Amino acid sequence: MQGLPASAARAQPRVIVDAASWTRAGQDIASGQGTLLSLWGDVDTVHLAALEEGQIGILTFACALGRFPSIGRFHPPALRLERTICDLYGLQAEDPPDTRRWLDHGRWGARQPLGKNPPAPSTGDPYAFRPVEGPPMHQIPVGPVHAGIIEPGHFRFTANGETVVRLEERLGYVHKGIDHLMTGASPEQAAKLAGRVSGDSTIAYAIAFAQAVEAALGLEPPPRAVWLRALMAELERVANHFGDIGAICNDASFSLIHAHCSILREHVLRAADACFGHRLMMDRVVPGGVTADLGNDGIAHLRTLTAMIRRRFPELVELYDNTASLQDRTVTTGVLAGDLARQYGAGGFIGRASGRAFDARKAPGYAPYDRVRFEVPVRQEGDVDARVWVRIDEVFQSVSLIEQVLEALPGGSLQAGPAPSVPRNGNEGLALVEGFRGDIFAWVRLDPDGKIARCHLRDPSWFQWPLLEAAIEGNIVADFPLCNKSFNCSYSGHDL
Amino acid sequence: MRKLLFQSLLQSALTERAPTPDGPQLAELAESLAGAARRRLGRSLSIREVDAGSCNGCELEIHALNNAFYDIERFGLRFVASPRHADVLLVTGPVTKNMQVALERTYAATPDPKWVVAAGDCAANCGVFSGSYACVGAVSSVIPVDLHIRGCPPNPMTLLKGLIALVDQMVV
Repeated sequence: MQGLPASAARAQPRVIVDAASWTRAGQDIASGQGTLLSLWGDVDTVHLAALEEGQIGILTFACALGRFPSIGRFHPPALRLERTICDLYGLQAEDPPDTRRWLDHGRWGARQPLGKNPPAPSTGDPYAFRPVEGPPMHQIPVGPVHAGIIEPGHFRFTANGETVVRLEERLGYVHKGIDHLMTGASPEQAAKLAGRVSGDSTIAYAIAFAQAVEAALGLEPPPRAVWLRALMAELERVANHFGDIGAICNDASFSLIHAHCSILREHVLRAADACFGHRLMMDRVVPGGVTADLGNDGIAHLRTLTAMIRRRFPELVELYDNTASLQDRTVTTGVLAGDLARQYGAGGFIGRASGRAFDARKAPGYAPYDRVRFEVPVRQEGDVDARVWVRIDEVFQSVSLIEQVLEALPGGSLQAGPAPSVPRNGNEGLALVEGFRGDIFAWVRLDPDGKIARCHLRDPSWFQWPLLEAAIEGNIVADFPLCNKSFNCSYSGHDL
Repeated sequence: MRKLLFQSLLQSALTERAPTPDGPQLAELAESLAGAARRRLGRSLSIREVDAGSCNGCELEIHALNNAFYDIERFGLRFVASPRHADVLLVTGPVTKNMQVALERTYAATPDPKWVVAAGDCAANCGVFSGSYACVGAVSSVIPVDLHIRGCPPNPMTLLKGLIALVDQMVV
């Protein structure tokens, strides 16, 4: 297991294929051979990334007529990605099952902003939600501005009495045009943008982007930087899991655990601030290395932190486990079937709570996770309770990882030297990095002068949002906040 | 559970001391607050948070205001679920074009007198997202803003200072 490179250099080279091979690849993925990692547009081409037996492969189809064979026809997880390609680049999937616009709400003043960019009125498009037939249904529209302190999105419930018959999501409200801003940006500027795709996963995104750029440049970050990245990533995971576990209990009206988890989360953020100078550790990971070092004070601070978590968190876990009124809300609520989790390649606690034992830190894997011991917790039940338990188990795994990193942290520099003058990988690089929410896929292509020509970042939420629609079906409307919080998908990460 | 509750009774409070409001923020507020409103609302303010395009970093720190360390409710400030219950809109993010109408409607649904606090660098000047086809601009280009709290994201103590400045100006 030793000697695994920091970047996902085990990826196969990109292959340009014809329509028949492109379609066959889609059918293979639909039949369960491999997992769709992403599907994205580029200048007159579309790319498809898939994971098969720990290897990442990328196919490219040249859209001579501005069209490409639809993958979504066989494989529903590709549908929203295809709609997005059409919205941003104007490249059309042929005979797609869903022709509605997705991120484009008709407000940008133009269509296809990364393609031909023709001007269009910004008065807003109507959106046809899927019809539900049969009495006595009623609809409940929710959002984009929600009741809590959360991100904006629209949920259209169709309910029969108290029971949800269908949930349809409409997203794209926080679309900020990140793909457009990335194009032509310097790697330094682009790293800042990558760290703000989804603020709660800033470290995971920064690592994914940095690994992709390093792969493109043939740059090797120094060992100390690689280990510090893992340390920051695990701090981020623990902080987010504390936030989620507390918030899920709060949505079941059990505020005691929420109050205590908020305190633990605050301790983690304060430790991050003390060690790295920023509570969320934004801009601390850059291509080539890291920008903040960990001193002896910081090491002592983190040891105190992990000891405190090991002392206090088990009491909260015991309380969660022994409170029948709380279990009554979480057990058997919002069940996500295992086959759906596998079909959509659902990452993170959502997939792992439904039996999909995938973790990008294990396979394809990246340094330094080949040098540390950790387990990937998996549950089969697929309900809110299972998603809470996966998070609980992951907190203990991450605490152990933080301790192992502190033990093994090598000395040396924080930044790699200048990049080799002749890039060895054709100026393209990719990475698959495990954020707290799941695997983040990053792909970059650099200009000859080192600027970003195209950067695609795929949030785990792309394949998790559609599953929320499935998990809520047959549950009561009042359990939606609980289900939604147990998924905790990113709006900003998805909307880009 | 009893053990946890008992421990909490014996522990000293985690809550931080109240911060003093910042000078420049007071100056910005003095212009925007009318005496009549101060008399009407006293020291109590209801806040409706609106994410108009943020990366969700600001939301994480706004959430932290509710934890035991910052305990925002001791200052008479509380978050409410509807703009119709709110005195203050706390807006984050560069306003995206897809959120502009929702933000305008939220503002229109908030009863007078009302104030708008723009939290975070993006809300002040779009931050790293400036120059995008998908962003309208700063919050002040869509609705009138009374106070800016800077930072990427502003930490909870900075947010608290700004909001306390808002309350202090209202009870002069």
